[in-house]
Amino acid sequence: MVLTKDEALKDVQFNAEGFMLDPKAWTPELAEAMAEGEGIQLTERHWLVINFARHEYEANGEAPTLRAITKNSGVDTREMYALFPAGPAKLAAKLAGLGKPTGCI
Amino acid sequence: MKNLLILGGGTAGTMVANKLSRKLDASQWHLTLVDKDETHYYQPGFIYVPFGVYRPKDTYRPRRAAISKRVETVFSDIEAIEPTANRVRLENGQVLPYDILVVATGCEIRPDQIEGMTGAGWKENIFDFYTLEGATALNNFLETWKGGRLVLNVAEMPIKCPVAPLEFVFLADWYFRRRGLRNKVEIIYATPLPGAFTKPRASAALGQLMEKKGIHIEAEFNISAVDGGKQILRSWDGRELPYDLFVTIPTNMGVRAIERSGMGDDLNYIPTDKHTLQSKTYPNIWVLGDATNLPTSKAGSVAHFEHEVVVENILRQIKGIPPKPAFDGHANCFIETGFDRGLMIDFNYEVEPLRGTYPYPLVGPFSLLKETKLNHLGKLSFRWVYWNILMPGHQMPVSNQMSMMGKQKLVPSLAQ
Repeated sequence: MVLTKDEALKDVQFNAEGFMLDPKAWTPELAEAMAEGEGIQLTERHWLVINFARHEYEANGEAPTLRAITKNSGVDTREMYALFPAGPAKLAAKLAGLGKPTGCI
Repeated sequence: MKNLLILGGGTAGTMVANKLSRKLDASQWHLTLVDKDETHYYQPGFIYVPFGVYRPKDTYRPRRAAISKRVETVFSDIEAIEPTANRVRLENGQVLPYDILVVATGCEIRPDQIEGMTGAGWKENIFDFYTLEGATALNNFLETWKGGRLVLNVAEMPIKCPVAPLEFVFLADWYFRRRGLRNKVEIIYATPLPGAFTKPRASAALGQLMEKKGIHIEAEFNISAVDGGKQILRSWDGRELPYDLFVTIPTNMGVRAIERSGMGDDLNYIPTDKHTLQSKTYPNIWVLGDATNLPTSKAGSVAHFEHEVVVENILRQIKGIPPKPAFDGHANCFIETGFDRGLMIDFNYEVEPLRGTYPYPLVGPFSLLKETKLNHLGKLSFRWVYWNILMPGHQMPVSNQMSMMGKQKLVPSLAQ
């Protein structure tokens, strides 16, 4: 059975800015539901970035910065802005169920 | 004889060298400091150079004069650190072995990281002021400028001294008013941040001040390219900002030697324990100042608070005691706001800048998040304090950990 967006997100906890509180509770279905809320239809290229962000988080405990994504994932900055408009690193982290990337001090 | 090697003779490296030279047993430890050149720049002075308040010669001294004679100095660029072999290869061919290494190599501007920045117009109507060369060239330009559209852009965070771009536009407002040109100059502050500063409370207060001075904020502007021919900045989300004078704070990165050593992150900053200041990978390497990846400001005040922790933890390491997690991200800065007034802010990893007084409760003498003449005088007298108290590693009458004494937990407004 396919869940609707609201059903999928019903039991998930978010902070005030809409980032998931518990990255471990993330599932690909939640990413689809959150993307729908942002008006984004996830493509293979989105998934490449989301999976990269998950992988980085598991290795380093933090969401990757835009620079880290564009340097190591094969998706360049221009494409990142096309895939995840406005704040690409922030939005990619959000859809990957991670906290906001640090680096803005 | 054991070797303690310090890389970098700027604010952080100089303080560590001088303090360790008094604390380490000279019969057991040989202290060496390496820097690429012989000139020590007083970087907080650069902000005054474009406006003619300081002349270039007011901002530097010979490096050797600031470093204790008990420290051997070597002037050469670093080829690479070889952390698994405990040695550093220098460009002049020397190989320096170490038992303990301190990395204080700082960060530098990288205009080459932005498409088109170093093309048409670079150093003609595009200037940085994070180098003495850039600040001096900008001064020459401003002295004969007839007015137009001044765009200041912060390319990418983090940057050294995150308040400097704000000070620049405040001082520019004052400079053009004094010269009777203000009505001919439009000032635009284009930043990748959602507002004037990184910390929400200070951002609100500083944002109000900008509005009062007629400075327009172009928020969340992530620069993608400079078209020097057409005099336009472009952002990744398709915005265009035309300019007559473009003042840039380019991407800041750790030095290339860190990249060559394979020790840095994507911006060549070294992964460092945020409380002990030990390298996350190599226990006999300590990192401080702008070279770290810590989530606090890259500023001289931070280097000062850090150097006490690094010195103590090195002494503990020599005695075989575990390091003390004593660093709390403490930073404070004077912010010049023009017209002989200034602000001061004080914060750490956890606590945002608050209203109050510093360093003593109630008496100050400095006022936090409030424009006063005394804060401005504090900044001007700081050059003397820097050379005569900070660099020799003398005790300052302030704590390296942030204090809540004398602070108000209220949302500040500069209008009050």
